[in-house]
Amino acid sequence: MGIAVNPLITMVLRRIALSVLLLAAISVLIFAGTELLPGDVAQSILGQTATPEALANLRAELGLDRPAHQRYLGWLTSFLQGDMGTSLTAGQDIASMISGRLGNTLFLAGWAALIAVPLAIFLGLVAVHYRDGFVDKLISYTTLAAISLPEFFIGYVLVYLFAVTWNILPSHAIVYSGMPFAERMAAIALPCATLTLVVLAHMMRMTRAALLNVMSSPYMETATLKGLPPFRIVFHHALPNAISPIITVVVLNLAYLVVGVVVVEIIFVYPGMGQLLVDHVVKRDVPVVQSAGLVFAAIFILLNMIADILSILANPRLRHPQ
Amino acid sequence: MTATATTVKISAFTRFVAMLSPGARVAAVVLLLLLAAALLAPWIAPYGENEIVGEFWESFSARSWLGTDQLGRDLLTRLIYGAQNTFLIAGTATLLSFTMGGFLGFIAAVSGGAVDSLLSRLNDMMMAIPTLIFALVILSVMPSSLIVLILVMGVLDSTRVFRLSRAVAVDIAVFDFVEAARLRGERTFWIISREILPNALSPLFAEFGLRFAFAVLFLSTLSFLGLGIQPPEADWGNMVRDNRDGIIYGIPAALIPAAAIAMLTISINLIVDSVISRTSSLKGGRDA
Amino acid sequence: MTAEQNILRVNQLQISATEQVSGQPSRRIVIVEDISFDLKRGQVLGLIGESGAGKSTIGLASMAYGRGGCEITGGEVWLDGIDVLKATPAEVSKLRGVTVAYVAQSAAASFNPAHRLGEQVIEAALQHGLMGRAEAAEFAIDLFNRLGLPHPEDFGNRYPHQVSGGQLQRAMTAMAMCCRPQLIVFDEPTTALDVTTQISVLASIKQVIRESNTAALYITHDLAVVAQIADEIMVLRNGRMIEHGSTDQIINHPRDEYTRSLVSTHASEWAEAGDSDHEPVLVASNITAAYDKTNLVLQDVSVELHAGQTLSIVGESGSGKSTLARVITGLLPPLEGDVSLHGKLLPPKLKHRNKEQLRVMQMIYQMPDVAMNPRHTVSTIIGRPLEFYFGISGDERRSKVIDLLRKIELGEEFYDRYPAELSGGQKQRVCIARALAANPELIICDEVTSALDSLVADGILNLLMELQEESNVAYLFITHDLATVRAISDTIAVMYQGRLVRYGKKSTVLEPPYDDYTELLLSSVPAMEIGWLERVLESRGELSN
Repeated sequence: MGIAVNPLITMVLRRIALSVLLLAAISVLIFAGTELLPGDVAQSILGQTATPEALANLRAELGLDRPAHQRYLGWLTSFLQGDMGTSLTAGQDIASMISGRLGNTLFLAGWAALIAVPLAIFLGLVAVHYRDGFVDKLISYTTLAAISLPEFFIGYVLVYLFAVTWNILPSHAIVYSGMPFAERMAAIALPCATLTLVVLAHMMRMTRAALLNVMSSPYMETATLKGLPPFRIVFHHALPNAISPIITVVVLNLAYLVVGVVVVEIIFVYPGMGQLLVDHVVKRDVPVVQSAGLVFAAIFILLNMIADILSILANPRLRHPQ
Repeated sequence: MTATATTVKISAFTRFVAMLSPGARVAAVVLLLLLAAALLAPWIAPYGENEIVGEFWESFSARSWLGTDQLGRDLLTRLIYGAQNTFLIAGTATLLSFTMGGFLGFIAAVSGGAVDSLLSRLNDMMMAIPTLIFALVILSVMPSSLIVLILVMGVLDSTRVFRLSRAVAVDIAVFDFVEAARLRGERTFWIISREILPNALSPLFAEFGLRFAFAVLFLSTLSFLGLGIQPPEADWGNMVRDNRDGIIYGIPAALIPAAAIAMLTISINLIVDSVISRTSSLKGGRDA
Repeated sequence: MTAEQNILRVNQLQISATEQVSGQPSRRIVIVEDISFDLKRGQVLGLIGESGAGKSTIGLASMAYGRGGCEITGGEVWLDGIDVLKATPAEVSKLRGVTVAYVAQSAAASFNPAHRLGEQVIEAALQHGLMGRAEAAEFAIDLFNRLGLPHPEDFGNRYPHQVSGGQLQRAMTAMAMCCRPQLIVFDEPTTALDVTTQISVLASIKQVIRESNTAALYITHDLAVVAQIADEIMVLRNGRMIEHGSTDQIINHPRDEYTRSLVSTHASEWAEAGDSDHEPVLVASNITAAYDKTNLVLQDVSVELHAGQTLSIVGESGSGKSTLARVITGLLPPLEGDVSLHGKLLPPKLKHRNKEQLRVMQMIYQMPDVAMNPRHTVSTIIGRPLEFYFGISGDERRSKVIDLLRKIELGEEFYDRYPAELSGGQKQRVCIARALAANPELIICDEVTSALDSLVADGILNLLMELQEESNVAYLFITHDLATVRAISDTIAVMYQGRLVRYGKKSTVLEPPYDDYTELLLSSVPAMEIGWLERVLESRGELSN
């Protein structure tokens, strides 16, 4: 017979391949979204008063007269080689613009995730332990309110309290390279807190639901009827089966993070990818928007892929086939 | 006939309200108040939408209950007109996403096979891109008109409705009574509308509420970023944007429209939460 | 005071549950009342009753446990001399697993999918500090061996999803026995198993508890099964005790009328039909079918069915009997072979068949709960085929629906009811009426009595047979229950792993000489006699020490 490949490996590889395909599809969507929709790019850049010759020149310069698939392939191949073109409005090299900002965004989002994830799981466990009690209901109502609030509400309330009324943290998160770590942390304290609160509430509710689902499984009753101590029942029996749904929850919420970071950067004027994207959308600087959009999408797809793979690995049926 | 129809509707409504938790009942009242404000805006607003009534960033007064904004316009008035815009755009977008996503989701679930695979793959692809990012990309080349906003929000959000309605329909479709209808020879449309839909009302209702809440938040976020409803038209999101500089000076004007958004979405979530926890699952089956 | 010779004493036990209807406040109802019994060490008490009788609830109460909102609201439970209802949670935990252990109905769901079997089997012994790991592991292997599990040394390394249902049931018994408890509560341990597997699992359990002098509460709805293993039997109904006595007394001299009806079900047997001179209504020829390319679910199966007759397709899980029904109805096109109706070929796919072809073939399902749309009234459910096939509406429809209700022995008041308001038997009757409404020539009955209590099931079978006499409709009756087959069939097809093993008229199929599988199948059905188990095992040469 042939080589027996662990079905686990095939599933993982297949998932990775799927992600690559998805990314390609998204790049097509982004390209189509910006270059094929009605609306003359040249017109919107030069405005209503532009002369026909100026418009024609700009179109030739932007390569808008070439057929669509050629433009797409040209754009994609350059992108993959690290050349994202130049900004229409500022003339800067886009790749260096993005790389500068990307680090800042990842720093902010990373710290928010680092705080939110363990806290959410812990609160989820607490809520399940005191199920239907006062603590559980309190947590439930608080998080319900929290997930309903727009990020800018939370952000500006925090600014109002911490920056204006009590004056202990800056209202604008100004960071620069070479900044000392402690100062940097102080600068991102409020944006990070905003992001954390937004994501924490969602994650905690879903964790609680996932845990409750596991707790109501028949094998949990078996553990109780064996007279096992409650600690062991939760940690040895419930938790291993809850890992997979919790991973799904966490990653779904990291998706919220990707979106939330954009708004938070605007609120706190933080020099990250989100601010970059929004600024250039307003300025209708298409090349920057395309590249930044694609980078965001890639991060998003990467996170989802990691979550799916972790889920696959956590499933005992797949790790130990028949 | 109409008298009995109305009494049936009223009794169904009162049964519905009785089913809600006390928190959700308060939320329902708030929701109705906001809806009334949206519908009756021109008649109940104290001033004109863009009428200057005083100095900028005045505090609460008898003349101007919630104070004035950065140009001296009455905040309460602009809140009421903003409610109109919010309900109109978010509501239409939700209706669009709901009908599109719901219809396609049901078709995918009932048809199965290749149709299901195709629709699901397409949907997965659309969901692979964060909604806000894609909306921003589109809005970099399209103007922020009413139609564009509604279409963008509606189409992008329909992916989530698709996923939920498909899951709900698949759960129902495994029951034998759906197979019995198929074996009888019933057409797909009949199966969807008479067999599946009546059993899907509760989760669909909840989902509609959640999608509407999300649309409100999304629209206000876009407006906050300057890409949604453009000034001078009032919208809660762009009101936050306009007044945000005041925060640094200790002026809470920007928090008021933000609080309005929060009130609306909290109310919706409370009601949806209550409905989900009170209604039993499909059969209410008992174990032996 | 003599040493406690009763391992379990239950005195006037009362259990209540919370009933929740959406939209209304919840209320408490009593589901078990005035139950008293003593269980001596090493003795086996069978708890018998239909679904809803409260037998599982009582079994769990002896461990001071209430499932899903059930609470012990009255009486006393003494376990090994300890009043468990007054004990602290810590004391109760000490008793569970050690003094009393539980074997659940569904072993597959009761094992944690994330951990190996061996670890779960010895877990209680380790956690309660009864043995060291090495000693426990060795004892587990010994138990695996005595319970008849293959490769006992290696079995503990497997995960639950890697072994079969019957093996999991034995593993669950091993898990219960690992702490050497004084009492084991067996909750329908063989109900979910095929009848051929059931007999060996039953024998294993009996041997192992006898050897260690363990007392047992054996809960089941199958009186024949419990007669093989119990010393005493208690008959329960609606949470109350009907009769309690030795096994011999209950089986052979039942006093109460309800007990008598349980003991003597399936008394009626319908006569076999003569040879038909008409063409068969349905012919399935050389059907080979599969769900994916690799596993053939059916191989070269051919059956035929005449008007007014009943063909029973009998087999265990994996035999392919349900798949045959799916091929015949067009839900699964076969890889080879065809199906014809009155000599004309039917299109293999459902969507290619016309309304008339669909009308003459109707189906009734196993679980009436899910076979009817909960949002439709009885009149809609029964009336839809009338509308759909015959275009009947309005008053004519109403009167026809009431006619059909009468045929299924239900009154006019059921017209506007919803399925949730009906009992199990009534629901299945409505499903029968729905099938009849189309005026079919052939009705496929897919395990239609398997989910019903035996008394209710008998009523349904009688109804079906009467309807057949009236309307000359043919039945394709799929079942795993041989007693039903014996009662109602004209022709029988025995299936095993996708093949037709034996096929012919009832009088031929159920008489020797048998092929190996049919022999195994027929002899595995428990008879309502004490000592049947030992006799069968002896005749098979399987009794071992």
